[in-house]
Order: sequence, then C-alpha cells, then structure tokens
Amino acid sequence: MKIGVVTFPGSLDDRDAARAVERAGGIAVPLWHGSDDLKEVQAVILPGGFSYGDYLRCGAISRFAPVMKSIILAAEHGFPVLGICNGFQVLTEAHMLPGALTRNQGLHFLCTDQKLRIENNESMWTSGFEKNEEIVIPLKNGEGSFQCDDETLAMLEGEGRVVVRYLGQDPNGSRNLIAGISNARGNVVGLMPHPEHAIETLTGPSEDGLTFFTSILHQMVGR
Amino acid sequence: MSLDTVAHAQANPDSKQPYAELGLKDDEYAHIKEILGRRPTSSELAMYSVMWSEHCSYKSSKVHLKQFGDKAPHSDALLVGIGENAGVVDIGQGYAVTFKIESHNHPSFIEPYQGAATGVGGIVRDILTMGARPIAVMDPLRFGPADAPDTHRVLPGIVAGIGGYGNCLGLPNLGGEIVFDETYAGNPLVNALCVGVMRHEDIKLAKAHGTGNLVVLFGAKTGGDGIGGVSVLASETFNAAKPTKRPSVQVGDPFAEKVLIECCLEIFAADLVIGIQDLGGAGLSCATSELASAGSGGMDIQLEKVPLRDPSLSPEEILMSESQERMCAIVEPSKIKHFLGICRKWDVTATVIGEVTDGTRLNITFNGDLIVDVPPRTVAHDGPVYNRPFAEPNYIKALPGSSFSVPLPTTPAEIKAAILKLMSSPNMADKSWVTSQYDKYVQGNSVLAQPEDSGMIRIDEQTNLGVAISTDANARWSYLNPYEGAKLALAESCRNIAVTGAKPLAVSNCLNFGSPEDPDVMWQFAETVRGLADACLELGLPVTGGNVSFYNQTGTVAILPTPVIAVLGVIQDVRERTPMGISRDGLELFLFGATDQNFSGSEWAYLHGELGNVAPLSDLAMEARLIELLLEGQPLFESAHDLSNGGLAASLSEMVLRHGIGANVQLESIASALLVETPGRVLVAVDPSATEAISGLAAKFNIPVTKIGVTGGAELNINGAAISITELRAAFTETFPKLFG
Repeated sequence: MKIGVVTFPGSLDDRDAARAVERAGGIAVPLWHGSDDLKEVQAVILPGGFSYGDYLRCGAISRFAPVMKSIILAAEHGFPVLGICNGFQVLTEAHMLPGALTRNQGLHFLCTDQKLRIENNESMWTSGFEKNEEIVIPLKNGEGSFQCDDETLAMLEGEGRVVVRYLGQDPNGSRNLIAGISNARGNVVGLMPHPEHAIETLTGPSEDGLTFFTSILHQMVGR
Repeated sequence: MSLDTVAHAQANPDSKQPYAELGLKDDEYAHIKEILGRRPTSSELAMYSVMWSEHCSYKSSKVHLKQFGDKAPHSDALLVGIGENAGVVDIGQGYAVTFKIESHNHPSFIEPYQGAATGVGGIVRDILTMGARPIAVMDPLRFGPADAPDTHRVLPGIVAGIGGYGNCLGLPNLGGEIVFDETYAGNPLVNALCVGVMRHEDIKLAKAHGTGNLVVLFGAKTGGDGIGGVSVLASETFNAAKPTKRPSVQVGDPFAEKVLIECCLEIFAADLVIGIQDLGGAGLSCATSELASAGSGGMDIQLEKVPLRDPSLSPEEILMSESQERMCAIVEPSKIKHFLGICRKWDVTATVIGEVTDGTRLNITFNGDLIVDVPPRTVAHDGPVYNRPFAEPNYIKALPGSSFSVPLPTTPAEIKAAILKLMSSPNMADKSWVTSQYDKYVQGNSVLAQPEDSGMIRIDEQTNLGVAISTDANARWSYLNPYEGAKLALAESCRNIAVTGAKPLAVSNCLNFGSPEDPDVMWQFAETVRGLADACLELGLPVTGGNVSFYNQTGTVAILPTPVIAVLGVIQDVRERTPMGISRDGLELFLFGATDQNFSGSEWAYLHGELGNVAPLSDLAMEARLIELLLEGQPLFESAHDLSNGGLAASLSEMVLRHGIGANVQLESIASALLVETPGRVLVAVDPSATEAISGLAAKFNIPVTKIGVTGGAELNINGAAISITELRAAFTETFPKLFG
C-alpha cells in the first residue's frame, strides 16, 4: 500500500506523517509540490507545517502547486486525501472542503494534548475507530479556528460530515467545536489536530493517532 | 557620494572618519591605521568596527575565556572544540551532536518579537553551518518583575517571537527557564539554544581553501536591517538620551530559513562545499574575513554582485548589514552547477560573489574599484584585547557581616499557606502559558520536554539512542558568590541531565553580565569564568563553546551575574528515561542528599525581599558521586526530580501535579526541610520492593538518603498540612494567565 506524503516549501510534519504511514504498515512515498506526478500512490497526505510561510493566507499559495492539480482531479474520482493542520488549510483553500481556518480565538499559537471525539467513523480515514470514540492527540497551530456560514454548518452537521470534534475546553473558537470534516463522499478528510504525533507513547500523548493511518490501509485492502 | 576607494584613502589620508560613532575607540582606530599603513577606507572601517565590537571580538572576555582551554579536561568525546561556529561531540554509533547557546538580549528589549525570533534564527544557522540537521531548541528567558508594565511589553512579544520563528522552522522547543528579577527590568535576557545531529563524516568547517574555488552567497537578499547590530546595539549600555536603536534590530523570515535549512542539508548530502559560514552578527564582514582567515587568507569579492533587497545600499551598508537567513559557502568550480541546481529547486537565491586566491589579502571591489584591501586575520581575529580592571566589589565585602531573616512556617496552616504562596509566585508557577505557544512535537522525536528536568530527543529510531539537554543558572547565588554560583549552575545542569537517566557529556554557556567597564561587573565575570572552568575540569566535562553578553545594564544598575550553563547528555535507550511525575499510588519517596539551614539566594527569601548573605558552597566530588548514583540506580526509579529553586516544597508539588497523584510526607525541621535550596539533592519515587537497593546505592556512593513519604491520594499532605491537588493546581496554574491574559 503506497501512500504519498507531499512536501511543499515550508512543510514540517512531512517526515512525521511518513513515519506514521510506515508504523501503520504502509509504504510512504515522498511527493514534491512542484511535480504533478503522484507516483502511483493509492492515497495522499498533505502534512502540517507553514507551507510558503503561511504568507498571504495559510494554504493560499500551496493550493496552486502542480501536485495539487493531480490531487484535486483524483479526489473527484474518490482518491483518498488526508489534510492535517496546514494540509487541512490547503484543502479549504482549494475548495476541496468547505469553510476556512482562521486565527485562534486566543490569538496565540497553541500546542496542547487535545481530547477529541470521533463523530463519524465512516470516512476512509476514520473507519477503524468506534463511533463516538474519545481520543487524545496533539493540537498545534496558530490558525485553527474553523469558520463557515450557517448554511454550510447545517449541511456539515446534517450530512454527518463533522468527523472529529473538540472535547472539553474550547481550544480555538471553532464553530460547533469542529476539529475535522470530510467531503460528501468521505474520501477527503481535513483536521487540525495531528494524528501523526500520537503513534507511540514515547514521543506523543497516546497511540490514538495511528488508527487514522491503519484505517486507510484497511480501506485500500478492502477494495 | 563618491566611493571611498583604497586609492582615495591613500590620496586623502586626513579625511575625518566617524569611527567613534561606529563604536571604535581612539586607540583602536589608530591601530587599524597602523595595520593598514594608511587610514582605512569607509568600507574597511565598517568591517573593523563590527568585527572589533565586544560582541564579535570578545575583547573584554578573551583573557578570561582562555581558561576553558587551559583547564580543559581530557575528553574523547570532543570532535570540534571552541572556535568554530559550534562545538561537536561524539555520542556513539557514528553520530555527532552539536549544540550552542547564544544571547539576543539587546535586540529583544528594543523589538521583542523580531529580537527573539532572530535570536532563534541565528543559533539555528550556527548549528546548520556545522553540517548538522537542527533537531531542537530551548530558550532560557529572564525578565523584570512579572507585574511591571515593561515586562508586559517584552514578555508576550519575546515568547511569540520565539514561537513564531521556531515553530515555522519545524524545531521542537523543549523548554528552558523563565525567571523574574528586578535587575532584568530594562535588560531582559533572551538566550537561545539549538542542538543538531549529523554523522561524524559530515562535519563541516568554516574555512576557505583552494585557489580558484568560488565564494557563493545564498539565501535571503541583503537589506538595510540590523546595520551595526553587534557594535552600536549589543556592545553598549542602554541610554535613554540617545536616539532609538530600532533600525539596528534585524527582521526575521522563518520561511526563508526553513527552505535554507533543507537546501543546505541537500547540498551537504551531495558533498558540494569546501567550507561554509552563516551570516549573523557583522554579516558579510564576518563571513568573508573568517572564511578567508581560516584558509590561506586570500579572497577576492565583487561586492556589486550581492543581491540586494534595497538597491540604494552603499558598500559600507552591504558589508555591515545583518539581514537574516543568509549563508556563504566555498564551492569548487566543478561542483557549482550542481550546487546552484539544488538552490534553484528550493527557490533559494544563490550568487557567486568572488573566489579564493593564492594571496594573503581579502580584496573587495565594487564595480571594479578596490574598496577593501586587508589581511583578513586582522579583521577576524586580531582585534583588541583588554585586560580590564576588576576588583572585589564592596557589596561582597559587606555580605558576611550582614544578617537577614525570613518567616518560618511551623503549623499545618502555615505550611499550607507557604506552599501555596511559593507555588503561585511567578518564578515557580506553571509556565504552560509560555510553553504551549511552542511546538514541542514536530519531528516526532521529543521524549521529554518542559516541565521535565531536561529536554530529551531520540536520535536513532532503531537503536533508541538519545540526547538530553538542560540549561540552568542561579543568578542570586552568582551575585552572592560568582565563583561558587558558576560551579553550582553547572552541577545543577548536570543533575538535571542525570535524573532523567542520561550521562552528562559536554558544556556550553551563555554568560550574561553588566558593563565590562565596571570593575565590579568585571570581577563577577572573572570569578564566574574561573569557577566554571574549575568545575568543568573537576567533573571532566569539556566546554564546547559559548557566548558572552556584556552591557546588560541600564545606567549604573547591572543585571545579576547570570551564567546560563547548558549541559548535553547522552542516553543509550530513551525508552528507559526517568520522568519527573509520580506515576502511581504506593511508591516510596526517597530524598538523596543532605539539607542544611541556609536560605541565602532561595526563592523563599526572595519572596520576602531578602537575598541572604552566604551562597552555598559547591561540593563537586559529592555531585559527581550523586550523578553516578543516579545513573546506576536509574532502573529502580519510577520518577526522579532535582531539587533546586523552591527546594523540596517545589519539587514535591511539581511531582504530584504532573499526573494528579498525591503524596503523604513527614519531615523534621519542617521549614528548612521544605524551603531551603541546599544543592546536590534529588527526590525519587520507587516501588517498595526497591527499598533495600536504595539504601545500598546510598551507601555505595556515600550519599545521605532519607525516606520522606509515600505516594497516593488526592492531596499533598506534609506533616498534617493537607493541600488538595485541585487547590494546589489552581494556585500553580492561575498565575500566568492572570498576569499575561
């Protein structure tokens, strides 16, 4: 099972995402932003970081990278895509997911071990979780407050497209405490917290994040 | 304005030059004329002024710092010593680790966000320059009183700057220190540490060899920021009457640095450079003169080729600019195409600006006109050396006879009140407000971070080899006795490494002091260096490099002498590390080390407006035995925590708060047992089955041990004074949000 991990200039958690893929039993394939070649991978992860320094808006420049053209096209045909943190921001900028990520309500960068609830275990990236399972994985960003209009919010909630929700104290002012969402088909998922940093208790708060990566590998095998 | 060429300088020997405004003294200017046999051109003057500044030349500290070499213990671990951009040590398995700590105090006071951000950027480039991938940063910080208005200006900006830059680089921030004291008002200290890792064979040095090899400037374009940063800013005392120094602060672009890091690592992997140097303090003046003088000496530079952000910059400004995110490499002509190709891949601007020659002079031309013709060593290394006068200050002479007293809690109600007061004080309170603004997870190898005793990073995922880093200073002890204070800071830093299970290996330091022109300050400095060099020799630890920051003073008020000591340790298997938090009920708590009655320099005394009189005396032989004990006993310890600021009261509170598991403790001489800060003590929690082994260890290493209690429950109970974890946590965590929002 080959899963691509895209490196944009300024990507930071690309090597971590690759490590998580390998720990889950997959093969991580590095993809370069400047090439539209997806190297025959079966899914793609857009990792965390500050691509293009977050200049203009987070993700606003990366969405125009050559690699994104291929990813957008493939995703329309059901190709699985996971956007983590900056990757989620790229997905909203590319209109692959609705809404926008804005400055945290406290205006500070926030790095914390975040409690979350899996609201939807039917997406390709969360199928290994129990519905309503509670997990703890790191949240670390400056612009993680999910915002959208009322209509979009009603649609996301109504269609069960809220994939993960913050539990406990509101970390950043996201609408309805939304931490991650999916597209209608469930193949594209974006979330602000970092599952790749919770794959072993030695270096993370839990192993809960690993399930995101095993989920997709099981989905691919099932095909 | 016409160009001041070498020919023009020869023809106009008597032109008046603004050397004093550039920070040079009369005799220094005369010496430059003597070296050159003529007056310097304005470009040469610019170069000498920045390179001969206190910050770059260490002219006041050099005579003392050589003790680090003279007294250096033999060490097989040292691969690259003092003098390069950063020292390098061998940690085994073919890995080499480099680490260094530097100050960015003055810029951070003027412009907190950019000052602190570029402090991180600069130290990261130093580490990168050695050929290493940077893997972690730490930031010891010191501020004026927590409730002072200026602290509310500088602290949030400095923290945001460190986070803003470091987070964007993808470097985990493992912690550091945050200390408040009146003397840092107007002189906050921002020290930045970076650690990097490479294979032995990948070490790079700053040297320019090989006639015909090319000098390549790459990274950000050169702008007008930071001109004179090292000379007029970092090497003078602040003075309210002078104009603002804001333009001397550099402006950072962490994205540019991130791509520069990846670009450099790819260039290193392809083995494309002969030598490399980053552009930090003193910019191009420093990089060209240091690279040339570390080689054969000859170098030609065509200054007009330097890519500019601001085309109106004069040659002098180009030479002095401290624009960030720039590197200078020496590349063989046969490899330049490959080199430039990698730069293009990362969208990094790279320009050949000159070449290495077989001569002995650094020649710089601007559009064909010769504007610099100097022996590079005279710029980089032959700066003035001062043997500044120093003498034991009067305050030291008056200390032994002075007396002080602090209230001593005895009843359960008083004990409880004392602990809550202590743990909610800004120096002891929870620092999450700060550390949660730093990414500690990126790179996925952070094993320990704040609030643990030291930061720990996994180096190898297969073998689980790792390193631990700690930074420490007790400036109040250093004020009372700078010789002992330095030794105690080193001992504490080593202890913080050893409690986690890592073995101390090497030392770096950042020595923050007031004005070297004040004999009292110079005495503090001399005593500190003597103490640190003696302590390193006694503990067998090499000093791999360091940094001196003078002029941390406003008017006649100097900061407390603040030698921040960084120690790097190695651990063979990071999975075996000992954390500090109590992990479960039913463990027994043992205190290693003896406790005395001396409150001097303690947090408790500080909270009552007292500094005390006699600093504790270090006992390094005992400290060395304690380190041995900690390493041998490590498999027995479920948790271990150093005792330092706040004494046993603080260590116990921190251990129970980590996971919300309480403890029941019985102590004799309750007030001193809880609140004095006698060095050389460690608190451990072990399974009851290990009791005998603990006594055995203590006997073997001749360290006193006392069983003080057991873990469990939802409160910290000390001699009947019961504090619920909830109440203790509230006191501990509310302080920073209340102060800083």
